[in-house]
Amino acid sequence: MSKRLFVLLTLLASLILGACGGEAPPAAPADQGGSSEGTSNQPAASSNVNDLTIIWAEWDPANYLQQLVNDYTAETGVQVTVVQEPWGSFGDRVFTEFAGKGTSYDLVVGDSQWLGQGATQGHYVELTDIFYTELNGEALAPATVTAYAEYPKGSGRMWAYPTEGDADGWAYRKDLFEDPQEQESFKARYGYDLAVPQTWAQLRDIAEFFTRPDQNLYGVSIYTQKDYDAITMGYQNVLFSWGADWGNPETYKVDGYINSPEAVDALEFYKELYKFTPPGSSNVFWQESIDHYTSGQVAMAMNFFAFFPGLANPASNPYAEQTGFFSNPAGPTGERHAALGGQGMSIVSYISPERQAAAKEFLKWFARDDVQKKWAELGGYTCNATVLNSEEFLNNTPFNRAFSESMQMVKDFWAVPVYGELLEVAQRELHKYVVADEGTAQETLDTIAREHTQIFERAGLLQE
Amino acid sequence: MIRTKVRDASDKQPAISRYRSRHVLSDAALKRLFLWPTLALLISINIFPLFYSLYLSFTTYSAIANQPPVWVGLQNYRDILNDSQLWIYFRNTGRFVLLTVSLQTIIGFGLALLLREKFRASGVITTLILIPMMLSPVVVGLFWKLIFDPSYGIFNYLLGYPAGRGPEWLASKELALWAVVIVDVWMWSPFVMLLCLAGLSAIPDYLYEAAEIDRASSLYQFWRITLPQVAPLLLIAVLFRTIEAFKTFDLVMGLTGGGPGDATELVAVNLYRLAFLGQWNTGKASALAYIVLVIIIAVSNIYIKYLNRIKEG
Repeated sequence: MSKRLFVLLTLLASLILGACGGEAPPAAPADQGGSSEGTSNQPAASSNVNDLTIIWAEWDPANYLQQLVNDYTAETGVQVTVVQEPWGSFGDRVFTEFAGKGTSYDLVVGDSQWLGQGATQGHYVELTDIFYTELNGEALAPATVTAYAEYPKGSGRMWAYPTEGDADGWAYRKDLFEDPQEQESFKARYGYDLAVPQTWAQLRDIAEFFTRPDQNLYGVSIYTQKDYDAITMGYQNVLFSWGADWGNPETYKVDGYINSPEAVDALEFYKELYKFTPPGSSNVFWQESIDHYTSGQVAMAMNFFAFFPGLANPASNPYAEQTGFFSNPAGPTGERHAALGGQGMSIVSYISPERQAAAKEFLKWFARDDVQKKWAELGGYTCNATVLNSEEFLNNTPFNRAFSESMQMVKDFWAVPVYGELLEVAQRELHKYVVADEGTAQETLDTIAREHTQIFERAGLLQE
Repeated sequence: MIRTKVRDASDKQPAISRYRSRHVLSDAALKRLFLWPTLALLISINIFPLFYSLYLSFTTYSAIANQPPVWVGLQNYRDILNDSQLWIYFRNTGRFVLLTVSLQTIIGFGLALLLREKFRASGVITTLILIPMMLSPVVVGLFWKLIFDPSYGIFNYLLGYPAGRGPEWLASKELALWAVVIVDVWMWSPFVMLLCLAGLSAIPDYLYEAAEIDRASSLYQFWRITLPQVAPLLLIAVLFRTIEAFKTFDLVMGLTGGGPGDATELVAVNLYRLAFLGQWNTGKASALAYIVLVIIIAVSNIYIKYLNRIKEG
């Protein structure tokens, strides 16, 4: 082969490699990576950055965000694009990008459970320095700061701006609840009035009451899916309301917490609710719950508030006019909690310092009270307490009051870097007990406690 | 050829030939030009990942953790082989492979025998039968999820059950694996049929004519002519289906998500959970992938040896 050809091929290879290499990543962030050191104090050098890209899951709130950021473009000239990825592949897409230290996205609206990985593995830029000074952190509902921004919990270190607050709540058929005949027969059977349940025990009674297979009507639709986190999220609603927890968030001790008598009672209760679900409810998450409700199969449906706009819309729900909403009722001791959904917006650490500065400028804008107000008006679930508690917001939709109530009592699954392993164990064992009817609640939770302890030990988190 | 032509020309026009010889590629250079990109692609996309993942299987490593792999020797393999949970998934996979491949072979071969003789609209019917294998497994999974629905699905209705009273195919731990098997058989029997049809059409007619002259019964003809003649292609179909069945993932995810409990959790599904879905346990997932690879190679070797024996008569 001639020398020229060799030179030509070498040049071609260099070009291809250069093109694949992309932008040079910034220096590895100090202190477990992802720290904003060296970048956070730099002045905003956004003058050369004309565009920003945000990645989020494919759903209505992402469309609302795209509408909102058009205002930012109008104000600053910076074009902001919200890239949407279907829920099923959202996590894989983002983490594959992180694995390649990719620079395709400047900001990610990530799940609350990703915080541990994002913070300790260096994917997120730390926002502690600016959180309360420039990101209007004081205006946020405290529970949302812990849930969507802080890692480790209680450390005061922030990695995201709480963007889309979300929690589990309930949609119910008002027409059934308010029917005089139904009310009469309910009172005759249970001895109290048929109304929005104030306790989980009442919710169970109502579910039982409306379970009528001959009419193809069932009491509830609850999360049972094994795939990612559905059944764990569903069970959490009762677990926390029974006064139990996954473990001690400071010592990571699990034994005696997740297999406590309260947790066992809560799991037995959740399995009892499963009896009042439509046939074939072995693989239910938010979509299947919506299907159950809109097909008129259930009287009450568990779901995230983010999906309630669809249920309140007559175009997508034939029962929209007859639909009411309520937040999780109280457990046996009066405790009320809701499993957390929702996401916070983080800056990807692999983009250049200049782009990081531009992304911070965008976050500062997004955190402004007036922008958060507009975010809520468009349909986004703001975490800004002022907006959240305003009468205007509370009366804006039929479900905002229940949402505001829920956001004061949210609790979440572990957000540690090994959350994926913990989740796999919880999903597998809960599904075995609730859906496949294997073992007892105590055995199930003992297995979870044992395996979670092993995972925390391996991860070096467990403190004796 | 190129070189010869250049030489011929150089005899007549020395100045031009010297110019051309520097600019025209030799045969060897041309070969290398075509080979190298292919080799580079093969090495970067196939060979390197194969060996790199083998190395990773001996390490503790997460693709997203920003930490280098830590050598742990055979620990991942020990963990997998001592994990009772994974043995359940291997058992499920074994049952699934056995059931689907057996049923696909019987049904596929049966269909091929029926469609062997040309009749009116046989071409259209053959094409219609082939449609399931052309669909995306995820779409098939979602459609069959609706078909199996106990409240409004057509499957129980066809079996004669009133709405909401029939078996819960996807929610019952006894039936769920069968439900996945039914869908896989529906989807892939046409593939076996296609290969068998190719085999059947290659059997020369004179064999059957000779058998008929000898008054051989239909059953005898089937055992002594049809089956041995089709066997090599049938075995290839079985080999392909076995390998594919071992790797079944999307159908299960679309239908049951691995549930109820562990009932339909196949190794490939669990491998996905281990490698992605929040865990990103790349080291252990690589080890599990290699164990699956070794099993598939071993099973394939058995088939191939048998296939060779058939070919040798």
